[in-house]
Amino acid sequence: MQDFQSVYRPQGGAYDEVLTARGEIRPHWRAFTDSLLGFDPAEMRRRWDLGQRLLRDNGVTYNVYGDPAGLDRPWRLDPLPLLLDHDEWAAVAAGIAQRATLLEAIFQDLYGPRSLVGRGLIPAALLHANPEFLRPCHGWRPAGGRHMHFYAADLARGADGQWRVLADRTESPSGAGYALENRSIVSRVLPELHRSHQVERLGPFFDATYRSLPGLSPRHSDDPRIVLMTPGPYNATYFEHAFLARQLGVTLVQGEDLTVRDNNVYLKALTGLQRVDVILRRTGGVWCDPLELRGDSTLGVAGLLQSARAGNVALANAIGTGLLDGAALMGFMPALARDLLGQDLVLPSVATWWCGEPDACRHVLANLARLIVRPAFVSRDQSVVGASLSDAEAARLRAAIAARPSDWVAQEVGGTSTVPVWTGGSLESQHCVLRVFAVMGETGWQVLPGGLARLSAERDLITTRLQTGGGGSKDVWIGTAGRRDSLPPVRIRPPEVRLTRDNRDLPSRVADNMFWLGRYLERCESSTRLLRTALGHIDDSLAQDDGPQARATLLIMGRLGLKVPDGAMRLNVEALPAGLVGFHADGGNPGLANSAERLIRVVAHLRDRLSADTWRAVQHLREEAGQLEAGGLDEDVIGRLNSIVLIIQAISGLVMENMTRGPQWLFLDAGRRLERAIAIVDTLGGALAGVDGEDAVPLEMLLEIWDSVMTYRSRYLTAPRLAGVLDLLLCDESNPRSLGFQVSALSRHMDSLAAIGDTGGFYQPAQKLMTILSGTVRTIDIAVLARYERDAGYHDAERLLDVLRSRLWELSEQVSRSYFTHAQWRLPVVRMEVLP
Amino acid sequence: MKFKVRHLTTYRYAEPVQLSHHAAHLRPRDVDGQQVGPVEVSIRPEPAVLHDGGRDYFGNPTTFFTIQHPHSTLTIRSSFVVETSGQPELQASVSPAWNTVCFDSRIGRGLDDTAMDYLFASPQVPMLAEAAAFAAPSFPAGRPLTEAVMDLVARIHRDFAFDAHATTVGTPLATVFGDRRGVCQDFAHAGIACLRSVGLAARYVSGYIRTIAPPGREKLVGADASHAWLSVYQPGWGWLDVDPTNNMVAGPDHVVVAWGRDYDDVSPVRGVVLGGGDHQVHAAVDVVEVA
Repeated sequence: MQDFQSVYRPQGGAYDEVLTARGEIRPHWRAFTDSLLGFDPAEMRRRWDLGQRLLRDNGVTYNVYGDPAGLDRPWRLDPLPLLLDHDEWAAVAAGIAQRATLLEAIFQDLYGPRSLVGRGLIPAALLHANPEFLRPCHGWRPAGGRHMHFYAADLARGADGQWRVLADRTESPSGAGYALENRSIVSRVLPELHRSHQVERLGPFFDATYRSLPGLSPRHSDDPRIVLMTPGPYNATYFEHAFLARQLGVTLVQGEDLTVRDNNVYLKALTGLQRVDVILRRTGGVWCDPLELRGDSTLGVAGLLQSARAGNVALANAIGTGLLDGAALMGFMPALARDLLGQDLVLPSVATWWCGEPDACRHVLANLARLIVRPAFVSRDQSVVGASLSDAEAARLRAAIAARPSDWVAQEVGGTSTVPVWTGGSLESQHCVLRVFAVMGETGWQVLPGGLARLSAERDLITTRLQTGGGGSKDVWIGTAGRRDSLPPVRIRPPEVRLTRDNRDLPSRVADNMFWLGRYLERCESSTRLLRTALGHIDDSLAQDDGPQARATLLIMGRLGLKVPDGAMRLNVEALPAGLVGFHADGGNPGLANSAERLIRVVAHLRDRLSADTWRAVQHLREEAGQLEAGGLDEDVIGRLNSIVLIIQAISGLVMENMTRGPQWLFLDAGRRLERAIAIVDTLGGALAGVDGEDAVPLEMLLEIWDSVMTYRSRYLTAPRLAGVLDLLLCDESNPRSLGFQVSALSRHMDSLAAIGDTGGFYQPAQKLMTILSGTVRTIDIAVLARYERDAGYHDAERLLDVLRSRLWELSEQVSRSYFTHAQWRLPVVRMEVLP
Repeated sequence: MKFKVRHLTTYRYAEPVQLSHHAAHLRPRDVDGQQVGPVEVSIRPEPAVLHDGGRDYFGNPTTFFTIQHPHSTLTIRSSFVVETSGQPELQASVSPAWNTVCFDSRIGRGLDDTAMDYLFASPQVPMLAEAAAFAAPSFPAGRPLTEAVMDLVARIHRDFAFDAHATTVGTPLATVFGDRRGVCQDFAHAGIACLRSVGLAARYVSGYIRTIAPPGREKLVGADASHAWLSVYQPGWGWLDVDPTNNMVAGPDHVVVAWGRDYDDVSPVRGVVLGGGDHQVHAAVDVVEVA
């Protein structure tokens, strides 16, 4: 067997997690490296591929701010975990718990008597220059008496082997969800190692988190309503918000889902307003309440702060905890620990200079090349490595620091350790920082036995924010020190389950999104079918050298609803197919790509509501639609369109087979049926408008677009006739592609939705509309409709289709009015102008 | 001087507002040199939730209210009698050189705790290079603080044109410095930015000013206005209110309502409404001398 040292060489100059300076394997890694050497490279590659697939399948992503292509970047995970010795970890965990206790005490003081400032332990400027010092929160004693319920810290290990704190994360510490996801994947990629290494489990930490939440509720209720408040799908760590909400069994909400009345916070649910007791806050403090904090915020809830100050709702963490997020306070922590806790810090900090102090500022200006400089307070990490600056850049930075010293903080470079990272075939040595997590459990601060290790190939460039990541990550294994849990994992949950089948907390916004998911799904499918039909016929004509026929096809398809680019008729016939595909592949046009983009955007908002399979299918759809764009005509376009139709069918199938027939499904299916009904009416209207007799009606194409060719042939032996086609597409309620089928489904859905609310037995507007629509469709006389008159054409049919179209649009409006109205209220901020 | 002040604000909404949350500064704070009688406040329609009489972080009386039923008009009325005697006079000769008392982190010199809130960037007053450049000529080293401040106030008065249409409440301060036009609020913010840029603490003061009718004409009811000026901190002495719009030290014609870091902290009425569509705001202020 090879030895590990021959396949892994640390970068040198730093502490290596696996190998000692003399090249020996550290004791807690020995068994692991031995097992690892047992895998041949092919086996390792297979496992790496498995890991990548699991990440993709689980939809683990993060978003990058300010980058239009930055949505849903795949998360990167190295299959090799970072192993930490049990005893060493115990010290780290004690240090983290101590630090959390200390930070809480500092919050209590700074948002209260502020004696730390008066006594000179914290410089006044450090408090007052910080935009995260939220003055409306001063004097507020949060529900439960604590500001911080969740805490995280970024740690790095210096060359001396000592872990040090790089930064505190007190605002809305993210990453624990990614850590849990990493564990679930690594334990499947390296199952035998995970089993044999007796790794501390992460589950108990999340159970403790779950159990700690009801206690935060200011109301004494057995069943408090807990929500996780997110800024939405464009936030860097939205994946985690959705993931944690699911994991903890709480409702994921955005600011617009909540409202304050009578000084209480309510969730705008389908069933009316539901009182909220606890908010797990992932929205930045300044954005939380446009009334008292940033007035231009659309992410917050007006009146939230008043409700919280009145003690009617608990926030974890409290608003205002961004104050201690970052590194500015590092240098003051040892004295604060002695003063507030009477203890020395267990975990030291990385050497840090806050430039608001004269000596520190002088040091930073004189040693810029050896430091990482960051804004002291801005919560977006923009660190600058002094050594990487040109002379001019360094001069600019010096001037900026000299101008407003209190806005800057600097840290020593290079205090990070190295780890082996699997880079598709070999082991590479990279630097890592470790984010660790703590929650205020029932018995005090509990630290997650594990964490999130983040990687960087260069020692200087590790940034401590998730969203600026791009480097990979690692699972972190803490040994159990031979203490084998003899019992199987016990997940402790509240003892009694109150049986329920209803979805009491479905936010109106989610219902709205479900409805539009249905509509866009259908729109995508019909765009694809129209495009496929058009391309097929045009290709046939071109194959027979019949240019005029190709143009005629395009004209007809345009009438049937296909979006055609302006000036298409002036194109050379040979260029028609490419022009058409190019148009539909460009999301800027009202075509296929546009529908697909809208669909994907809605799905992004429903992340926590759709199954992993559905999510995967949608990702697949995005890939195929993207290929259409990239491939042009050289590719097999028809084949690609076929596969898009299949994916959409798969999504429909997943929805049909997997969703309970509750309100979510009802809205989704109603959206779908309504969109299809409108499309049928539009296509038929386009087919009949202005034609001079039945021969001019594109009957074959109608059947093809509406997937009814086989049915027609099985019923009629002749070539398609208008009466037969109209019956099949309008009236036949057994045909899933007929108007009658959609209308009958919509009638049932509107009845079911009305039954959710308390209507006192009266028919609701949407039900009344459906009664009219059903009656209209069921009393159609096909013979009359199919009659052509020399002077008036298909006048009766066209008039009927007009009536149906306007009724269907009315239904769409009515559904919005009845069920989504409060979701559509926007928050225009009204502010007084001061007169001169 | 003794004044009766009446302030009426009316909102009209194009569509009914379903729910509205407001935070208002209607009651004058207690200030040396000004004695306020009982304040009458009336809000129509009747708020469902009303928290009146609390104080915000800066010590200003604050009125929070919520209206929870559909309404198309909102009126907020306040009235009170106030007796003013102005500020104690500050002799320029007792004023220290500004650069010997300003905040200077390079030598570790701070300000009193009460002034620190007003020393750094705030939501409406970012730290602008334009402000530092504009301030510089008024602040040569060694100049007495009061003299330097009054020079700055005079220069703002001279170089910035009063123009009620040039800015709105949302106009960034950088634009105000660029165009050199605006209203009292803009001038106050400009002065604050200049003073903070040299390390002096400056706060925004909102209130009222008694206006005098042009000679030969009768004063119109409702023609007075909300007003804004600024206050600068002189270590060892206290706060000095100066009015760049009128190029003067604030006197007995100035009635203080509230102060904060900038307009954002003390706007007379702030609101977030659901629904409403387009809206119109009308404010009428009356400051009448009474016996």
